[in-house]
Amino acid sequence: MKRRDFIIQGVSAGLVAGTAGSFGGLINFSSAAPVQDLWDLVAVRDGLPEVMFDKAIASLGGMTRYVKKGQKVVVKPNIGWDVPPERAGNTNPKLVARIVKHCLDAGAANVYVFDNTCDEWNLCYKNSGIEKAVKDAGGKIVPGNTEGYYQTVKIPRGRNLKEAKVHELILSSDVFINVPVLKHHSSASLSLSMKNLMGVVWDRGYWHRNDLHQCIADFVSWRKPTLNVIDGYRVMMRNGPRGVSVADVVNMKQMIVSADIVAADAAATKIFGSNPEDIRHIKIASEMKLGSMALDKLSINRIKI
Amino acid sequence: MHKYSWLRILRTGLSIVFLLLTLILFINPSQWLPPKFIHAVTWLQFTPSLIKFSVQAGIATLGFLVVILITLVFGRIYCAGICPLGTIQDIISWIHRRFLRQKPLKYAKASYFLRYSLLLISLISFLAGTTFLISLLDPFSNFGRIMSNLVRPLFFLGSNGVADFMESRNVFMLAKTYYKGFYAASFAYSAVFLLILGWLSWFHGRLFCNTLCPVGALLGIVSKVSFFRISLDRKACNSCGHCSRVCKAQCIDVKSREVDISRCVSCFNCLNVCPSDGVYYKHSSGKETLKAKPVDREAGNQRRTILRAMFLFSAFITSRAMATRIKGGEKPTTVQDEKKQVPTPPGSESHLKFNRTCTSCHLCISVCPTQVLQPSFLQYGLQGFLQPYMDSHSGFCNFECDLCGQVCPTGAIRPLLPEVKKLTQIGIARFIKENCVVYTDNTDCGACSEHCPTKAVNMVKYRGQLTIPEVNDKICVGCGACEYACPTRPYRAIFVEGNEIHHLADMPVQEEIKLKKTEEDFPF
Repeated sequence: MKRRDFIIQGVSAGLVAGTAGSFGGLINFSSAAPVQDLWDLVAVRDGLPEVMFDKAIASLGGMTRYVKKGQKVVVKPNIGWDVPPERAGNTNPKLVARIVKHCLDAGAANVYVFDNTCDEWNLCYKNSGIEKAVKDAGGKIVPGNTEGYYQTVKIPRGRNLKEAKVHELILSSDVFINVPVLKHHSSASLSLSMKNLMGVVWDRGYWHRNDLHQCIADFVSWRKPTLNVIDGYRVMMRNGPRGVSVADVVNMKQMIVSADIVAADAAATKIFGSNPEDIRHIKIASEMKLGSMALDKLSINRIKI
Repeated sequence: MHKYSWLRILRTGLSIVFLLLTLILFINPSQWLPPKFIHAVTWLQFTPSLIKFSVQAGIATLGFLVVILITLVFGRIYCAGICPLGTIQDIISWIHRRFLRQKPLKYAKASYFLRYSLLLISLISFLAGTTFLISLLDPFSNFGRIMSNLVRPLFFLGSNGVADFMESRNVFMLAKTYYKGFYAASFAYSAVFLLILGWLSWFHGRLFCNTLCPVGALLGIVSKVSFFRISLDRKACNSCGHCSRVCKAQCIDVKSREVDISRCVSCFNCLNVCPSDGVYYKHSSGKETLKAKPVDREAGNQRRTILRAMFLFSAFITSRAMATRIKGGEKPTTVQDEKKQVPTPPGSESHLKFNRTCTSCHLCISVCPTQVLQPSFLQYGLQGFLQPYMDSHSGFCNFECDLCGQVCPTGAIRPLLPEVKKLTQIGIARFIKENCVVYTDNTDCGACSEHCPTKAVNMVKYRGQLTIPEVNDKICVGCGACEYACPTRPYRAIFVEGNEIHHLADMPVQEEIKLKKTEEDFPF
């Protein structure tokens, strides 16, 4: 997609929605504002990933509350590593496929899936099982491997991160579903929803040089995903984010779904066995009022299968 | 007349097939060619096969013997149709002849001295332990470098353009390639070589094959005793010169009615044009005397001494300054991350073995999915000029991948079993604390440890909540992921020092995970 196409689409989308879309950092996903969520957060456990998602999205009123007919959806799983699904380095392919299917069933015109990978992108796409799963489900798998896909956006509320180059699909989509996998992470302590957004930008090195945790939170101030689905089915407990072997992985069979990215990350942290207060980017994001980490004050739907 | 005109058609067909097959090996987008196919195509390539035979015997290395046998029976069919560089020259001279009405070629005297000196020095220098000269002259390797350094980037330019167009129409079938292989020395050598080759073939047909090419010289000697050969019928030939005008090798002397068979590249052009049935491709009668000129050994020795002196000199002048190609960071780092030694690809066993057997054909560079393999300049000294090295600034060795070893036609990189590949230590990561973000800025980073496939680079307690990298030499394999990911500039805080001889690393120790007993409930 070229910049001009994006602007044309963006302007027409803005007109249709009747909202004043201003470019360069303050675009909102069309469904983020109007939806009044039935629950602040849904936690599911003890089922297959696709079954847990079915339950979670049903309790939130179904995907039609988030995806309207003819909309363009981008699903962003973690496809960072050239490892098979058992290693839990990437989001579960079955979960990704099920989300794609729900979006299409809700009437989405197109569902795109991509990641800016760490290992070689085509090997990651293939060996994670996500490429095939997405194609089989009717979604479009899109590369993120060249700088040409990324466009500079301003982040006015960012403290350390004032701008970033963001994948054009994030800029041009109406709905953005963030699907991280819960795992240990050597840099960020844990890899969760907010950390997963590093895969939509080009220059990650800048984040690492300029206080990683602050940058992770700063980027959320630019734009929040419509929905965050944290895959806690298989969980890498150590040696993350890549992992060394299957010995690092535990079958936890959990899932968190929430539109509040900070709440989702806080809940997943507790599931992992850590304290959200100890994960600096969660704390910073809460202080910046990007979401709530006070889980006791949220309406949480707890589902056991 | 025209008794054997089908031979020329056969030769043309063969040369086009081999050119295309070899060409796609070096373009190979997204690594879609299976290694077995690559092996089949390179099996008959003379120099790689001969070198592979010197390091590992077996059927996989006998292609060069087949070529010698073919030459013994039919003459230099290898030069006529199997060598892709030969076909490139044919195309260049064909363009000149067909579209620009080149003046017809005529018989030229052979420059035996240059030809056999180069062959001799190539052989001697190879036995003395360097592929330097062979690699500069070998036709397959030069073809590979031209394709890999000049044609491949153009191909990607085109395919990225098509991909861009398709993506603007919302079709994401074709992916773009982020090409990182612009290395000045390798690019320049390939370009200059192509210019010289082009000039030679534009005006002099296959002069390269009969003066500079060591394979041409060697097969020329073999073809002197070949069973079938081009010859002029002394009775039927009226010295009209038609054959001589189309002879790419300029080896038909119509005045004396003799063919210099050692220079004949078996193109069969001459068979088509003789108006008087005077040119024959037939078995040798045995009457012909084989007049081989003695090779000037004295000159060879002299050249060898010069070559040795050059190697010694290069050892002194070798500059290992690594180019910093990426834009500067926020606080420039101060401690230099200079490598004493670059790592060689896994399966190459040691610097010595690798330098002795690689002819820099750049096939491994073309198949490497991460583009970590790149052509060297003087990283190995002059004797390793253009040989591939692991450039951790360009990419890092994929933990699961062993393509380079599987495709290497000379055996310089041997294939490894997956279990062995994952333990093969080509170098060891070195941490420079003074450059590390955690040390200089007191913030979390850990990009190196994130990318480490064995967790040899591990984050350990530093100050308060902060953690800092620590390298476990025993389990590090030297893949370079840490160096690639390290965000500091101009110098990185972690880099891989190459191993002179590759080792086997220890297996990472894995303890069982003991989870806290979670109740059948949610922790919130």
